[in-house]
Amino acid sequence: MTALPTLAVKNAKKPARVTGHGKLAAVYLAPGMLGFLIFIVVPLVASLVISLFDWPLFGTPKFVGLENYTRMLTGDPVFWTVLGNTLFFAVSYTVLNLVLALAVSTWLHTLGSWGPFFRVLFFIPVVTPMVANALVWRLMLTDDGVVNSFLATFGIHGPSWLSNSQLAMGSLIAMSLWQGIGYNIIVLGAGLNGISPNLLEAARIDGAGAWQRFFRVVLPMLSPSLFFCTVMTIIGSFKVFTQPYLLTLGGPGESTNTIVLYLYRNGFSFDKLGYASALAWALFVIVMLITALQFSQQKRLVNYDN
Amino acid sequence: MTTETMAKGATPNTGALKRQPPVRRRKKRPGTYISRAGIILAGLIFFFPFLWMVATSLKPTSEVFSTGSNFLASRVEWSNYVTAWTAIPFAQVIANSFLVSIAGAVLTTVVSLLSAYAFARLQFKHRDKLFLVFLGTLVLPQEVLVIPLYIMMNKLDLVNSLPALIVPFAFGAFGAFLIRQFLLSLPVEFEEAARIDGAGSLRILWSVILPLVRAPLAVVAVFSFIDYWSSFLWPLIVINDVSQATIPLGLSMFSGERGTDWGPLMAAATVAVIPSLLVVILLQRQLVKGVSMGGFGGR
Repeated sequence: MTALPTLAVKNAKKPARVTGHGKLAAVYLAPGMLGFLIFIVVPLVASLVISLFDWPLFGTPKFVGLENYTRMLTGDPVFWTVLGNTLFFAVSYTVLNLVLALAVSTWLHTLGSWGPFFRVLFFIPVVTPMVANALVWRLMLTDDGVVNSFLATFGIHGPSWLSNSQLAMGSLIAMSLWQGIGYNIIVLGAGLNGISPNLLEAARIDGAGAWQRFFRVVLPMLSPSLFFCTVMTIIGSFKVFTQPYLLTLGGPGESTNTIVLYLYRNGFSFDKLGYASALAWALFVIVMLITALQFSQQKRLVNYDN
Repeated sequence: MTTETMAKGATPNTGALKRQPPVRRRKKRPGTYISRAGIILAGLIFFFPFLWMVATSLKPTSEVFSTGSNFLASRVEWSNYVTAWTAIPFAQVIANSFLVSIAGAVLTTVVSLLSAYAFARLQFKHRDKLFLVFLGTLVLPQEVLVIPLYIMMNKLDLVNSLPALIVPFAFGAFGAFLIRQFLLSLPVEFEEAARIDGAGSLRILWSVILPLVRAPLAVVAVFSFIDYWSSFLWPLIVINDVSQATIPLGLSMFSGERGTDWGPLMAAATVAVIPSLLVVILLQRQLVKGVSMGGFGGR
């Protein structure tokens, strides 16, 4: 198994002599493809159907055509707020995450045998339950929490990190960076390990300085990993839910409400499963568009020949 | 000091270590020490929330804020762990988490292996097209599916049951993708030899392939275990009885009931974090491999 991240899919070779295992394949594929059909394909289509209904949790659904969509796009200012919040979160989080992860993984790469230890350390919050992570951050960021006590020792009166509408989103982004950055540090670390030292040595002999080597050699060689990280991080960031749910409840006001939090509330607090499904499809379309955009730019941005 | 030492080992440095000729080692420059001190500091700050979690779990709730940024309160309050343990049926919740995560990991791994084998080794119509469609769901947010899945579970009368936590999320493409990629890098000769010796395909899968794919199977198992272990949105939707809750949901319910009772809350959080911490420490190799293949990605 290659340790290098890649979104390029290998094609299976055709076996030399044998052709056609239709029945046998059906047996092996049955569990996986049935599950795929029942729990992924059917729900995906069903959520489109449900979005055309006024669908309460209990009671009879009523067909309303595109009404949920027209309401979402023209009659519900909260939708645009949560969309804006989610976009803001996704862009800031992704950019900061990639820049920081690139810096940290480059740094760790210079540390020799210390590198792997710290790589794993930074990875810990990725694996520990988000709920536990979010709760300790809520504790640390409350008005008289440890962050403000620490600031107070320098005579600084710390702000309300989670209930100030100017700061709440920033706090969510900071917490999410802490939670998620280890993922990209690992991927980029693997990418850096895959770059031949000879290449950098050749660049050095040709007179390239450290920055030049970084931007002209390391970055292009790292582009497959960076592409992979960007795709994964953006997709992940559009699904942000647990952080606002536990840290800010989407507030103050709607300032940290996100698509998935709004979807959850519409479905399971406001009893509007139809409208929630319309929101789900909005999320789906956005994520698919962004992924398609990224893949269409892949050839231009990513250098796969090493 | 950024890319300077990235060519580590490329140039033999003869300055400091003259008597060990073939070992290519670079002289430690002062920058290295600054860099190391820096990373230790960064690591400590990064790890601080966990230290604070444990420290708070040992403070009397009345002193959680009055101690400011001190790690220690006037006494060590072990009883927070007892409180957490009894306030929610914590033993039950932990048992649920293990049951759901282990059953989910086993189901995911078995299903993924069977699909991967078919996609990598068998020949059938539209194979590569089907695989691409399947693979496309790697970037499909599971959040899009939760409403129909909830309605489905409701119709099947499975709301508030552990199977509802396990089954719907065992069919993602990640596992099959990872194992298939690995299988494609293996030579088919072993299987051909076994086939010539008269072994059936199930036999080949069991005695030839299985021993060879242990590494990727472990990656898939570890990743799906952690996914189930940390999953929050779906349990929040489909479970409302604490006796069926997994740890993240139990923690969230506990914090909803006693939101400011930070001592016991952090005790519960600490208990929730420990298994994941063990997984990271014991299974780093599998994690690094899985991450590079898109684990924890879309799903």
